[in-house]
Amino acid sequence: MIHAAKSGHPGGSLSCVEILSVLYNKIMFVPCDWKKSADFHKRDRFILSKGHASAALYSVLAQKGFFPVEELMTFRKLGSRLQGHPSTRTGLEGIEVSTGSLGQGLSIATGVALALKLNNNPANVFVLLGDGEMQEGSVWEALMSAAHKKLDNLIIVIDKNNLQIDGDTNDVKSLEPLNDKLESFGWNTKEVDGHNEDELEKAFIEAKKSTKPFAVIANTIKGKGVSYMENNAGWHGKAPNDDELKIALEELNA
Amino acid sequence: MLKKTIEIKSPRNAYGETLVELGATNKNIVVLDADLSCSTQTCKFQKAYPDRFFNSGIAEQDMMCTAAGLATEGKIPFVSTFAMFATARCLDQIRNSICYPRLNVKIVATHGGVTVGEDGASHQALEDISYMRSIPDICVIIPADYNEVKQVVKYASEIYGPVYIRIARTNLKTVFDESSYVFNPERAVKVREGSDVTIVTNGETLMEVISCADMLKEKGINAEVLHVPVIKPFLAAGDVIESAKKTGVVITVENHSIIGGLGSAVCEVLSQSLPTRVLRIGTPDCFGQSGEQRSLLEFYGLTDTKLCENISRYLGKK
Repeated sequence: MIHAAKSGHPGGSLSCVEILSVLYNKIMFVPCDWKKSADFHKRDRFILSKGHASAALYSVLAQKGFFPVEELMTFRKLGSRLQGHPSTRTGLEGIEVSTGSLGQGLSIATGVALALKLNNNPANVFVLLGDGEMQEGSVWEALMSAAHKKLDNLIIVIDKNNLQIDGDTNDVKSLEPLNDKLESFGWNTKEVDGHNEDELEKAFIEAKKSTKPFAVIANTIKGKGVSYMENNAGWHGKAPNDDELKIALEELNA
Repeated sequence: MLKKTIEIKSPRNAYGETLVELGATNKNIVVLDADLSCSTQTCKFQKAYPDRFFNSGIAEQDMMCTAAGLATEGKIPFVSTFAMFATARCLDQIRNSICYPRLNVKIVATHGGVTVGEDGASHQALEDISYMRSIPDICVIIPADYNEVKQVVKYASEIYGPVYIRIARTNLKTVFDESSYVFNPERAVKVREGSDVTIVTNGETLMEVISCADMLKEKGINAEVLHVPVIKPFLAAGDVIESAKKTGVVITVENHSIIGGLGSAVCEVLSQSLPTRVLRIGTPDCFGQSGEQRSLLEFYGLTDTKLCENISRYLGKK
């Protein structure tokens, strides 16, 4: 779909495929008939704070039956419900909030988590953040808020692919020691291989039992599964051409 | 409609008191503040309903997005801090996380304009209306006194969608009578009728403009005074055009920069529908400074006497 759109973000989408797959297939309760479901209010809420990984989220949602798979090919085109970054304006089933401007998803999630608690709703809120996104100061405001407000219904996953547009995250502005920082902010944490579905699943099960907000640090590879994209910052925000697409699909299907 | 007896009341108290009244019946109302709850008067709500009050600490951007999240789940968040920090600091959050998804968040900002006073330029929002007016789908309201603030806050709680309300720090003379005045978001309020010049204003400068119109009258100038509390959507534009047709010259007066606020809104509609000479009075594309409230209003030409001087000079009558 990124090839069809001739633009998009393949690297950061491929790094979070397993994370989304585990959440939507094994962890979260989210009815794919969306607002038509009698249990709509009971659904776990998912917020894609790294909104540029929309291609991965849309793919998972389409595969789960939230909307027709054919609609994926309208991605980023004029009039599409599949905007470049997720939007609630288009009424696309499965999208909870509009994101795209980095650093805002976690604060929104704390508001959602607070509202769920006010309403005695036992649903959980899951947020997927990018590691580069953690450089936004307001993420740390939100981390502080969530711990202070004891939001044990809030679980974040940090897609730690160590790359951002201008290069290696450790060269641009290091987040380390990330784990210690999160713990000192009052969060429980678990570091996992973000491409290992079993490890991810176990971490989320542990997270749901946590009495503090919980952060899963998922070590991932940007561009995972496509040899020429892996660990290459150049593939943050560009579409493959016809030949590149052919290689990518062969490798991903292998 | 207009108050007969002079009374000086705090518009900020009107906000706090109204929140408490609304909170009693509407359990979906929640209030957020960023460590300024005594200044904004949201502390009144906190005292009455502590479970529905959230202090974000000094973290306004987090507060705005938290409000967005609460609204996503059907709450009606009222978010308050000073106008400077509510708008300039949180512009991206307001645009992308509140207005773009068209969430039911009410931003009520106090301390707009130069009348913040001694704290000076860093705290004087002179561009907040301009910022807010440029974002799609947000309603922008600048009420003039205690009684109007009460009605505007209630109105905001009843309509769906993002609203920005700017409230003055200053205790103000009440203009409108609490029993006979009815706030109408679609109309300009004709506070004085006249035929020589139209003066359009809103917020805390209304009282100064009324007094200025009385002074102008003594000089033989009959000024029509229009109060336009809602400048976005600018549904009162028709009333301004109607008055301009009659008088042929328009003055705008606001405690805000002459760029992007009421003056700009009036010029935008007049230039398209009825090209008319307009003098915009406000802060002239500059930063504010420290000083007493009254001295600042005078320095920027926003007191009744200064307005009278400037307007008569502009009209060629001394």
